[in-house]
Amino acid sequence: MSMRLCLLAVLGGAILLSVLNLAVPPASALHVPTYAISLAGKYLSYALLAVAVDLVWGFGGILSLGHAAFFALGGYAMGMYLMRQIGTRGVYGNAILPDFMVFLNYKELPLTWYGFDNAGYAILMVLLVPGVLALIFGWLAFRSRVSGVYLSIITQALTYALLLAFFRNDMGFGGNNGLTDFKDMFGIPLQADATRCGLLIATAVFLSGALLLARYVVTSRFGKVLIAVRDTESRTRFLGYRPERYKLFVWVLSAVMAGIGGALYVPQVGIINPGEFSPANSIESVIWVAVGGRGTLVGAVLGAVLVNFGKTVFTGALPELWLFALGALFILVTLLLPGGIMGLIGRPARRPKNVTPAAEPAE
Amino acid sequence: MTTPHHHHDTLLYLDGVSVSFDGFRALNALSLVLERGEMRAVIGPNGAGKTTMMDVITGKTRPDTGRVVFGKDTDLTRLDEPAIADLGIGRKFQKPTVFEPHTVWDNLLLALAGDRRPRFTLWARQSSEESDRIEAILKTIRLGDHRGRRAGDLSHGQKQWLEIGMLLAQEPHLLLVDEPVAGMTDAETEQTAELLREINGTRSVVVVEHDMAFVRALGVKVTVLHEGSVLSEGSIDHVSNDPRVIEVYLGR
Repeated sequence: MSMRLCLLAVLGGAILLSVLNLAVPPASALHVPTYAISLAGKYLSYALLAVAVDLVWGFGGILSLGHAAFFALGGYAMGMYLMRQIGTRGVYGNAILPDFMVFLNYKELPLTWYGFDNAGYAILMVLLVPGVLALIFGWLAFRSRVSGVYLSIITQALTYALLLAFFRNDMGFGGNNGLTDFKDMFGIPLQADATRCGLLIATAVFLSGALLLARYVVTSRFGKVLIAVRDTESRTRFLGYRPERYKLFVWVLSAVMAGIGGALYVPQVGIINPGEFSPANSIESVIWVAVGGRGTLVGAVLGAVLVNFGKTVFTGALPELWLFALGALFILVTLLLPGGIMGLIGRPARRPKNVTPAAEPAE
Repeated sequence: MTTPHHHHDTLLYLDGVSVSFDGFRALNALSLVLERGEMRAVIGPNGAGKTTMMDVITGKTRPDTGRVVFGKDTDLTRLDEPAIADLGIGRKFQKPTVFEPHTVWDNLLLALAGDRRPRFTLWARQSSEESDRIEAILKTIRLGDHRGRRAGDLSHGQKQWLEIGMLLAQEPHLLLVDEPVAGMTDAETEQTAELLREINGTRSVVVVEHDMAFVRALGVKVTVLHEGSVLSEGSIDHVSNDPRVIEVYLGR
């Protein structure tokens, strides 16, 4: 499946579902219910996270087991904006303070919440918060030449630390309940069918943009250096490259992408809570990429959508078995399908061979 | 006697360099002078410190004591690998390390001297000057017919040449070449000696090698290392008749 086909499926699929939701009467067999629209939007938000993971793991060799942290931070930034949009319509009718703050006896808005009534500021934070955290984390880690399993472990620690922090009520982000009960976004009611369809299409557009940007990056000369760093980092140093700069750029870009994914996810699922920081979420996102095919970008989208669709079906039928099924899937893919689904379909002719997953056995 | 580093033709001067790993003295007050334009062969038994010497020169290993002076007065022990590569010191490893998923062409493209910063490589377009340089190198390393092949699919000898080509593309003043003919056929070995002599026309070269026939074919000054310092130095005939060399190395 080529990049073009993937973009067509993502954008065309989102538009088709929206048309079937809005223009086809509910009585018709062709009608797509609104919950399915939001579900599709959720899958595509996850696909954005998967593309972000593939960018650093598939092309930079950085196995992040904490990428959901950036996704969740973008989600929280959006959630804070949506909370402030509620205004006096909250249970306590406070124009400034969100309900949970009134409940917890806050007298005034914490500094961290300033500005989030402004959509532009909130969007800026969606990009900046994950980006700056990634910049600081990456600068420290890559400069000290932390890599491989050690880096994976500290990314896991990062998301776990954020999980614990966001669980605390006195952090001011809603504690374990998180942020919910959103009413509208940019002044448009969030529950309206048209808004749901608009969000799905917006997610499809952002996902397509992320795919095209990621493809530009990995096929540029920068990308060739990045792949060289992934496979033989020390060799690139003796050629005069500074691998830490290449990793840092792609790491920050990836974190911002993940953040955008989170920001699109929150209005569509209607809630963000500290559970999104749980290490299992980050590991799941790596599994999506592995299932779809590491280092292919398109595979990340495919893996995210298919695994999450499977999760929806499976958790509906046998909820307690889902984690076992996911674990089994990961083991099977690792053992039998090192190239993922994309490896099974066969490498498209136009795709350069330089994206061969490193997981393939060396000849 | 004048101290070597004041000599204006000195390109590289190792001055009393010592390196220890967990009590093992890999280099023991090693001193070595390389003239500009010279080709030097470095031989010695396993563990003599040949690779550690390369590591010290290229910034991979920092010496415990001693100085490594490059050119007029640049102390390499204060710099890291990319900075040293930038000064014009290229290195070929014992085991050929090319970028396997990339084509032969792209391997050379990435090695070409030029801006290494991400802000440049993100937007870089291949210039006609770059293609011309790559074409010229492909000719030198005799891989013109393999330009589009994945480097990982090349034969062992071809990988060695590609790596030498990548060294050339860096346009270094000094090439450090670690066992270039290991695992090569006789014909390939001969061609490699020819290639190195060709390169030495414009650049200084240090070759670490085990293959005595190859060292003889190069016909250059030889330094014999033993237990981290210089045991003997001179022509191949001189060192191979040196009784100390015969005892520790050739006699075995």
